[in-house]
Order: sequence, then C-alpha cells, then structure tokens
Amino acid sequence: MAIALVDGIVVEFDERENLNGIQLARRAGVEIPHYCWHPGLSVVASCRMCLVEIGFRNAVTGEVRLLPKLVAACNTPAQDGLVLVTQSAKVQQARAMVQEDLLLRHPVDCPICDKAGECLLQDYYYRYGHRQRRAPWGPFTSRRKDIGEKITLFVDRCIMCSRCVRFTREISGTAELMIVDRGNHQEIDIFPGFPINNKLSGNVVDLCPVGALGDKEFLYKQRVWYLTSHPSVCVQCATGCSIWVDENQDRIWRLRPRENPFVNKWWMCNDGRYAYPYVHSPQRLVGARRKAPDGWCDLDWSSLVEELRQFLEQKERLAAVVSPFLTVEEAYLLCRAIRQVDPRAPLVLGDVPQVGEDERFPGGFAIAREKCPNRRGVEEVIAHFIGRVPPVEELPELVRRHGAQAVWLSGEYPQGWAKLEWLPALAELGVALIVHDLFPSALCDRAEFVVGAPAFAEKAGSYVNRHDRLQSVPAAIRPPKGVFPAGRLLWRLLGQEGTYEPASVLQEVARNISYFRAALGTIPPVGVDLKVNLLAVAENGTVNDLGTESLMIG
Amino acid sequence: MSQPGTKKIRWVNETPLSPIERTYIPLVVQGLATTIRHLFSKKITVQFPEERYQPPDPIIYRGVHRLNRDEKGRVKCVACFLCSTACPARCIDIEAGESPWPDREKYPVRFTIDMLRCIFCGMCEEACPVNAIELTSLYDLSGKSREEMVFDKNKLLLIYDWTKDAEPPLERLIAAVGTREVPGGQSPPEAPEETWPPADAAAFDRVAERAAEARLSPPGT
Ligand code: SF4
Ligand code: SF4
Ligand code: SF4
Ligand code: SF4
Repeated sequence: MAIALVDGIVVEFDERENLNGIQLARRAGVEIPHYCWHPGLSVVASCRMCLVEIGFRNAVTGEVRLLPKLVAACNTPAQDGLVLVTQSAKVQQARAMVQEDLLLRHPVDCPICDKAGECLLQDYYYRYGHRQRRAPWGPFTSRRKDIGEKITLFVDRCIMCSRCVRFTREISGTAELMIVDRGNHQEIDIFPGFPINNKLSGNVVDLCPVGALGDKEFLYKQRVWYLTSHPSVCVQCATGCSIWVDENQDRIWRLRPRENPFVNKWWMCNDGRYAYPYVHSPQRLVGARRKAPDGWCDLDWSSLVEELRQFLEQKERLAAVVSPFLTVEEAYLLCRAIRQVDPRAPLVLGDVPQVGEDERFPGGFAIAREKCPNRRGVEEVIAHFIGRVPPVEELPELVRRHGAQAVWLSGEYPQGWAKLEWLPALAELGVALIVHDLFPSALCDRAEFVVGAPAFAEKAGSYVNRHDRLQSVPAAIRPPKGVFPAGRLLWRLLGQEGTYEPASVLQEVARNISYFRAALGTIPPVGVDLKVNLLAVAENGTVNDLGTESLMIG
Repeated sequence: MSQPGTKKIRWVNETPLSPIERTYIPLVVQGLATTIRHLFSKKITVQFPEERYQPPDPIIYRGVHRLNRDEKGRVKCVACFLCSTACPARCIDIEAGESPWPDREKYPVRFTIDMLRCIFCGMCEEACPVNAIELTSLYDLSGKSREEMVFDKNKLLLIYDWTKDAEPPLERLIAAVGTREVPGGQSPPEAPEETWPPADAAAFDRVAERAAEARLSPPGT
C-alpha cells in the first residue's frame, strides 16, 4: 500500500491501480475540476483546468517539498509520498483564469443550449470562476454545423477539450472528427463528405463537457432539469449495457450509458440509444380481451386473472413459450404457473433474434448479434423445470406429443416476432393461444386471450447478459393504462399473497436454481457475475473449462 | 427560539377589564363609529361589471399573460423553459422545436398557460431572459369550460396585439426611461414625463372589450 496526501487528507492506494491525481483526490473526497480528462480516454492535459500544486514527502525526514509550478493532476501518476494541494490561492487563481479564458469566446446562449443544467462550464464557473465578468458580453449565438445523421455541432460552444476527437480515434476507431486550424481559430470538424455516422456516435454528446455536440433526437425537446434518471438495462442486444432512462412524466426522452466497468464501461451504441420510441408507440397492445362468439370481449384486471385461471384449469394440458425479453423473475413465475396446473407441460425458449455478426470496436465495446437481453437467464430457468431448452421451432411437435390444449405465448419483442414459421403447424392442432405481447401480430387473430405487455422501462426485474452477468433494475416509468406486467399477472394467477416483489422472487430463484446462486442477497448496481463460483474453481487450477461440469463441481 | 426552561420566556397576562368596559358599551360605540365613518367616506368598491375597476398602474399589474412579438411580428419567446421552471404553480407547458427562421435556433411550437392553475405571481415574467412573457392588466377572466381557460400561443399573442399600445412591452419602457442598470448603483434618473402612451381609460376599455370577445371565441384559436 502506498500513501499520498491530498489537502492534508491521507489516502491509501495500491500503485498497481494506475490512478492519476484526479482519481486519487476523488478518493479523499476532493474534487479536481477537469474538462479534457475522461477515464475512458487517453490523457492530453490540454484544458489546464486540473492544475494543482504537487510535491513530494521525504519518507525519512517527513519534509514536504512543493514544485514551484502548477502541474496537471490528470497527468500526474499517483505514487507513494505524493502531496497534492488543490485549494491554495495559487490554484484557485489558475482555475479562475482558465474559466475566464474559455468564456471570452463562449457564446452566452445557455437559455437555448441543451446542455444547460448539466454543463461543466456552467458548474465550474459557478464554483471556480471570477465573480464578475471583465470582458464584454457576447457573442450570443453559435454557428451550427451538421456533422452526422444523429449529431449536430455548435461550433462556437466548443472548448476544444478534444474528448470527442479522441473518442472517435480510440473507442469507435472511426476517426471522423478532427481539429482544424490553430490557436483561437481552432474548430472541431469532419473531413468533407465523411460525416460521423458510426454506431457509437451518440456517445460524443454525452462526453462533451459543454453543449457543443447536440443529439438531434433530443435537441430542444426537454430541459435536463425536468428529467429524472432511473437505472436500467438496454434490451436491444445480449451485451446488456447499463443505462440511465431519463424520463419526464412517464415519457422517455433519452437513454444514456450508465458506467459499468464489467459491461459497457462508459458507452452504449446507437441501436440501443435510439430504440426507445417504440415504448410510446400508439400501436401498442393495451388492455386485455377474450374471444367471444361475436368478436372480442374486454376484460379488466380482476376478471382477467379469474378468467385466465379458470381457463387454464379447464384446459388442463398446457404449454408455454418463454420469451428472452422476459426478466428472470417473470420467466420463473411463468414456468411455475404453467407447471402448477400441468406438471408435465412443455416449455420452450422464445425466438432469439439474430442479426448479422457481433460488431466489435477497437475500444473493446461490442454489440452482440443476438438481439435480446435475457436468453441466458430464461434458458437456465427453463432448464431447471424441464432439464433441457427446446427452441421455439419444436413447439408444434411438443404440443402435439403432449396433447396440450392451450399455449401461453410471451412475446414482448420490440420489433415484433421475427419468425412465425411454426404458427401454421400449431394452428392445425387447434390449440387455444394466450398472447401476452407488445404489438399486434398474426398470433393475435388466432388467440383466445390477448393481453398488453409492458416494455422494458415499465417493468422491474433482472436480466442475464451473454457473459452471465445478472443486473437487477427497477421500473423507470409507469406502463400505459391497460398494460399488465407479466410479473404481477402471474403473481396473481399463482394465487400468491401480497404484491409482486421482483427482488424476493429473485431470491427464491437464487435459492432454487444453482446457476443463480450468486444472486443471493442484494445486487449491486453493476450487477453480479453468475460465473463467479465457477471462476473460483478455475482459479484453483482444478478446472479450466467453464462448462457445465465445473458448475457441478462448484 | 427559546428553549423550554430557559429564562427568556416572559409571561404576559391579559389586562383585566374595568367595570365600564365590562358593559361593552364603549367597544360597541367604537365599532359603530368605524362603520359610520366608512358610510360617508369615499367608496373604494365599484359596481362591476357596469363600472370597471382600473388598476392605478397597469404596467405593474399582474393580470392575464401575453406573449410578446419581436420587431418582425414573430413570437419573441426562445423556448428556454425558464418561465415554466420558475412557475410555482407548474402551469406553463411548452413544447420546443427548431425554429423555421434562420436567425433563431429554438422557438415554442406549443405554449400553453393554464389560467386556472396560475396564481398570477409574476415569476414567469421575472424569469424570462428575453422579456417575452409579460402580465397585463386584464383581470376579468372567465370561461365556459376548463379547456377554454388553457390559453395557447395564439391567444397569448393576440392578447399582446390588444394590449401593446396601452401597456408597452418592457423594452420600450426601458428605452424610454433610460438604462435600468445605473452606474455606481445610484437611483435611476427621474422618468421624463409622457414618454410612453399614458394608460388612458378609453384604451383600457377597448382592451377589455376585445378580451371579452376573445372569451367568446372557441378555445385553441
Ligand atoms: S465538441 Fe465538445 S467534446 Fe469535442 S472538443 Fe469541443 S468541447 Fe470537447
Ligand atoms: S451494445 Fe447492445 S446492450 Fe449495449 S446499447 Fe447497444 S444494443 Fe444496447
Ligand atoms: S404568474 Fe406565476 S403561477 Fe402564473 S404562470 Fe407565471 S409563474 Fe406561473
Ligand atoms: S422564459 Fe421567456 S423565452 Fe423562456 S420559454 Fe418562457 S417566455 Fe419563452
């Protein structure tokens, strides 16, 4: 363990952690303001906002010697005996001067800038700037430049931190952005004819410390102080990025990546970021209805539960399709509910949409080809009940062999069902369908029951990504009227007491299914690695292969 | 705040009434004197609606809002949401969009004020960085439905058109009076007389009449 002093506070750290001055100070609870440094990008030390006094403590005499000049904290590796002074008059003056310089040319158009409210320039000016502006006011507008399908640049708002440039070089590997001209004339630009249209481009808006880069999807829609952020998980692919859902009055306005060193670091892809509008689509299925001789009969919440229960009990022989868009808890309750009525009911894994190949980026980010969030979790739940995981294609065959008379179909695919080749074969068998889905499909016409399902942000629960990391998230918004979250519906169907609590259902899952053992107890915001007990075995050197054998040994 | 048990608490006893006071006659006489004095003094009530109360200074009166226009006749608001942020009654609802004009970035696509929820505090007027929203001196506000009382952008602009002569927008007032920020923090110079149109009763009645017409027009016009 090494020891450093930050404003007189002793910080213990491990030199192998490769901390820099900013991170070191953060451990002491001291904030060092910075623009250009970002934990996910290389260090350039160009903004000069993080200048501090540094010195070294002589281990023998205890004497501290400060360097005469101010040094950039982002470029100072934490080492034993390092002393940082971040609040002295000299440092404060340097910060105020940097702020003053940045604001000489910065347009004063905060009232119409989307970043206002979460802008570092605003925050730092308030905390570290001069009390009074000495330069004349102005300019009041910024030139605007279209630089990509999703991104627009407000040229004059830029403070030349170069985060965006480094991002396109280091993380997306596409290098569309560059700095043109020199000195006061420096500007961010693209090479003519090569707009920034890569799949990670949305991230440059998040990492821009000011409002220079704007997201066209979000531009001018809301002020950020109206938004409430809720932790969530992106359901657009099996990577399962941690995200924030920014919502105002039950309407999602944007999605942002949530830092998670084990999954997505600080980033997310455009496929996930701009997918949310389907949540508010007017086409969504709402309400519950049952086929009647002359069309449909609408059901309310209590009669739905009662009718479903009677219907299932009357049909006796059942089957279910468990969608990989269900949470672990919902999948478990669905399997339990079906098997409670018919202990030998076949359960199949719903369609797993696959598109192209995995897309990998130089910065380590990967978009999975599997476009669903919870295949692993649902597979393990099904395997727990029936010992294997049949794909949805086997459904007609299984239904025929079992003589099932009713099939519960959970869908919740944002883009609708990809494949329904098995539907004619199933229809021939004349089984009754219970469809719990987001959007109308060919299934609804043949269904006995059609029930509206919630979208990802409208339900709480856990997802297991393709690397076996389980993340538990709360609901971000309330579902539209007439939508029945699967968890609550099944909870009532099972005749359970009280309200549906995903957390306690997950504990039941973790106790009953060995794969989920690591999920016992509280789940941290970054999730838990369900392979962790297997890894312990692997590290002992007994088993290298992380297949099912090690599961049994672990 | 004194804590219980500290010496700072002083107990005050009710003064006992004298025998004459206990008859209550002096108090009754005192009360009646007040009543009679007001019977014969100048009335401060008016016979509304035949007579109309006229606010002494319509410029600072806090009545129905208006949305000002800029020199080209476009809505002046830049859709910064600061008024709706400042509003304690949460009654301003704005939907912003990219402006169709080259010299402006952002403008309000939709701008509604729910007059039933508004408490006419004037915070919106104070918050606006471009003096686009102002409270006029129109006060007799009624409607046949709740929807009618939610004023939209057009209605608010219309109110500007009606009131702009009788109650000039703040910029023009400032231009007339001189700068607001006086160097050295001295008090502003005396306003030169009659530099803006006086709020004459006739102009005021015209405004009120047109406002009455507006109430008859269907909501959302
Ligand atoms: S556009 Fe934003 S991120 Fe890029 S250099 Fe300018 S301030 Fe930094
Ligand atoms: S990589 Fe996958 S999980 Fe991450 S944001 Fe994109 S679609 Fe969502
Ligand atoms: S006057 Fe007050 S309550 Fe009414 S809209 Fe303005 S800020 Fe809101
Ligand atoms: S404060 Fe003024 S400019 Fe901003 S939205 Fe309100 S009326 Fe428009």
